[in-house]
Amino acid sequence: MTPRKRARTMRGAQYGVLLLVAAVLALTADWGEIRRAFFDVEVAKAQFPEIITTALVNTVIYTGLGFAFGLALGLLLALMKLSSVPPNRWLATVYIEFFRGVPALLVFIALGYGVPLAFQVRVDKLVTVMLALGLVGAAYMAETIRAGIQAVPKGQVEAARSLGMSHGRAMISIVIPQAFRIVLPPLANELILLTKDSSLVYVLGLALEEQELSKFGKDALNDYRSLTPILVAGLCYLIITIPLGHLVRRLEAKAARAK
Amino acid sequence: MTTDAPPEGPAIEVAGLHKSFGDLEVLKGIDLTVRRGEVVCVIGPSGSGKSTLLRCVNLLEQPTAGKVTVSGTEVTDPDVDIDRMRRRIGMVFQAFNLFPHLTVLGNLTISQRRVLGRGKAEAERLARAHLAGVGLGDKESAYPAQLSGGQQQRAAIARALSMGPELMLFDEPTSALDPELVGDVLAVMRKLADEGMTMLVVTHEMSFAREVADRVIFMDDGQIVEEGPAEQVVTDPQHQRTRLFLARVLDPAAAEVKEVG
Ligand SMILES: Nc1ncnc2c1ncn2[C@@H]1O[C@H](COP(=O)(O)OP(=O)(O)OP(=O)(O)O)[C@@H](O)[C@H]1O
Ligand SMILES: [Mg+2]
Repeated sequence: MTPRKRARTMRGAQYGVLLLVAAVLALTADWGEIRRAFFDVEVAKAQFPEIITTALVNTVIYTGLGFAFGLALGLLLALMKLSSVPPNRWLATVYIEFFRGVPALLVFIALGYGVPLAFQVRVDKLVTVMLALGLVGAAYMAETIRAGIQAVPKGQVEAARSLGMSHGRAMISIVIPQAFRIVLPPLANELILLTKDSSLVYVLGLALEEQELSKFGKDALNDYRSLTPILVAGLCYLIITIPLGHLVRRLEAKAARAK
Repeated sequence: MTTDAPPEGPAIEVAGLHKSFGDLEVLKGIDLTVRRGEVVCVIGPSGSGKSTLLRCVNLLEQPTAGKVTVSGTEVTDPDVDIDRMRRRIGMVFQAFNLFPHLTVLGNLTISQRRVLGRGKAEAERLARAHLAGVGLGDKESAYPAQLSGGQQQRAAIARALSMGPELMLFDEPTSALDPELVGDVLAVMRKLADEGMTMLVVTHEMSFAREVADRVIFMDDGQIVEEGPAEQVVTDPQHQRTRLFLARVLDPAAAEVKEVG
């Protein structure tokens, strides 16, 4: 057999296997049951409009707050990691290793229950969500931003300093704006991850109007004894994450072109 | 040059300058004085320390030993405000180093505004004047990536000038350019020299050195081997090492013959 013929046979075999699997599934599955469980149109309709006006909106708010705080803290940590003062670097390293290593769920529990217990304070739920998501996101974003800052050519700082800019001014006006262009795609990826992590807020206990997509879907599942709300909630996540994914690819393509 | 000695004394005074990177001694005791309004070209083989010397003048490199004085202020003094001194020393790099995220106008105004505190209108007015001066009057809203190498380097020169420096350092400003773009940049530098700017220029452009420089310095292995009036150093060098270097730069083929012969 020539190599080309062999390749064609292999491809044909793969199509064959896929078709076979599909056929077996189609013949053996109880379609009525699956339809009732996942695609119950009445149940799906009943989720609207709250799943959008409350749940989706809350997911976006929680994620947005967490991302904004995480970005600011991540930038600070990145600058600490690049600092010429060793304790700054140590602190940042410890922070990053810690928050990358522990489950986000644990951070939510610690902030939601531990902090109020330990310090006898009541913390607003939005603040708790922002802190928990931000603390975790910052650990990932710090490494990304640090790499971005280091990817800015040394000549940029030298040109800025030669024009009389202080180190700080050169960072703010010259290095960081360029670094952010470099790290925009990985940051958008981080935003996608945070969107999904925002579901962890359920451990804080949510009032009806505070529910985000996952909790909303789970409650509806209990109410309707149907998986359909979970499917709808899942699709709502995709409404957020797929455009973000497209954005990432567009930004990556643009970054590749700019080189 | 017959300029009166200004109150600040020479533009640049380098005394006993040493610079090491780890175990590698790159500058081995440099003494150099550049008078105000003087144009001095530094030539020498690759790795001889030309860039390092230039970068020690505005303290992009910290000298290991020795003293550098610019317009009467010792920049190597640890107590000196180096950011303030650097405003007075323009620097032009081989790789241009324009800020790619800013337009040409933004490149020229950002440090005027952030460092000198000039207002937007004044900074832009000065920037436009300097852009016109280097023949880029129509490029103010372009981004660096949209310019040719020669245009980028002229914009970089205009950027340095917009800070109103007392002297300019050039580190091989035309080495990264296609041959047909070199002339425009050299013309800008020539004009600057004619206007009386103090210039310390590292270059391999021997015709520029001969025609524009008041003095040429030949460096080799971290030391100044020979210095003198441009015409003399370039056409009638006194040292064998200078002769070999010039032969290689001016006519690579002939150098082979000489070295063999
Ligand atoms: N930051 C640095 N760290 C270590 N070594 C360095 C550094 N900068 C320069 N050097 C070394 O110092 C020596 C002199 O370098 P320099 O750039 O001053 O030479 P140059 O005369 O400008 O050469 P060229 O014509 O190639 O630009 C070289 O051997 C170089 O490798
Ligand atoms: Mg050099």
